[in-house]
Amino acid sequence: MRVTIDSDSCIGSGMCALTAPKVFTQDDDGYGSVLPGKEDGAGDPLVKEAARGCPVQAITLAEG
Amino acid sequence: MAVTDTPSTTPSAPAFPQDRTCPYRPPAQYPELAARGPVGRMTLYDGREVWAVTGHAEARALLADPRLSSDRKNPSFPVFVPRVAEQASLEFPLVGVDDPEHARQRRMLIPAFGLKRISAMRPAIQAVVDGLIDAMLEQGPGADLVPAFALPVPSMVICRLLGVPYADHDFFEGRSRALLTAQSADEARPPREDLVDYLHRLVDAKERGTAAADDGLLDELVAERLAEGRLDRDELVMMAFILLVAGHETTANMISLGTYTLLEHPDQLAALRADPALMTGAVEELLRFLSIADGLVRVALEDIELACHTIRAGDGVVLAVSVVNRDPAVYDHPDALDVRRVARHHVAFGYGVHQCLGQNLARAEMEIALTTLLTRIPTLRPALEPDELVVGPGGVIKPGTTLQGLYALPVTW
Repeated sequence: MRVTIDSDSCIGSGMCALTAPKVFTQDDDGYGSVLPGKEDGAGDPLVKEAARGCPVQAITLAEG
Repeated sequence: MAVTDTPSTTPSAPAFPQDRTCPYRPPAQYPELAARGPVGRMTLYDGREVWAVTGHAEARALLADPRLSSDRKNPSFPVFVPRVAEQASLEFPLVGVDDPEHARQRRMLIPAFGLKRISAMRPAIQAVVDGLIDAMLEQGPGADLVPAFALPVPSMVICRLLGVPYADHDFFEGRSRALLTAQSADEARPPREDLVDYLHRLVDAKERGTAAADDGLLDELVAERLAEGRLDRDELVMMAFILLVAGHETTANMISLGTYTLLEHPDQLAALRADPALMTGAVEELLRFLSIADGLVRVALEDIELACHTIRAGDGVVLAVSVVNRDPAVYDHPDALDVRRVARHHVAFGYGVHQCLGQNLARAEMEIALTTLLTRIPTLRPALEPDELVVGPGGVIKPGTTLQGLYALPVTW
């Protein structure tokens, strides 16, 4: 799996970092970002929940 | 029961909004509407019928749909209370505009409401909460929790966030309280004008470098945006005004109604006291359970097909948040308050690009306020008479036309 965030659509709600804090964080400007080394989702089942909870569907989970 | 003039409604299109009879449960007819399907019809005070969304999947789909507009200047925008109709000429940045204007305004504010900045505010929020509880304990036992605690917490926190000098807090708090408790547009006008005038003077002082506080969001916006001509002065003032209004009564209602709701659910309260780490999840559950902004309003810009219905361009749409957040397809036993529940995916803060900018500040305020109150006053209990738990004269429940909550919450300990 490859986890990416579309920074143009991100509204900084923080839902991803609150839902799956082992994979997502927020940068200093308040936008969502994937923690370094966790781009593969780190096998965390909460990643899917975070993607579902994103209010602007800015998170993409690509297979492979 | 309804406080507005009763429009001629049909059973298939009941009145919206309606009053709650229990302050933490949806009005009686909303679940009946939901039982007939996720998308139905309701009737506004002026007789206009609008689409009423009660299903969780449908609500999220619509709130994320750019064909649904928040533009309050659209002549077809639904008006669900006469007070709002009288404000139609006012500017509502952020909440009352669509992208790209909305995105431009919001992006200026996102850094200040990010998780790291809000986390850094926690000691200041704790100090505000402790100070107010100190005062209550000194003057008690006995207090009205709304003016003594629930209203000043968010007001003092937003002052700090914006960079309102401490010496002006009393004025700021008094005027915003008058604005929030106004019963009519006429009553709301003087405090609103006072606040807008004050914010203009404050922005002027910050521009000249003569303000008594210089470490707030307004200082950043003046230095980084206004000075460089990237932001208009009136727009800056109205954005600050909206931040104040959006963050004050909402959080205050969650603190007072959240406290009351926990006190009315002793088993849940006991669980929280036994394991304070449950509070983060409890706040999420209270947001879902209470759904105090119980009616998000939009207008369709194009035809939208949804759940076997066609929402036509120009049609009004209301989302009955309290029912959406009790959709049994998403939450088991949705009518039970369960502080151990994983209550994520609720739409208490909305959904889509307009989802509440201040949600993480609100979460921090609620968590700190409720935890500290329950810890420092362990014998806290409501001192409400049963006949006060009504809407209308002598009652403490706010009517359906406003944010849901309590006008007063007498407590003792």
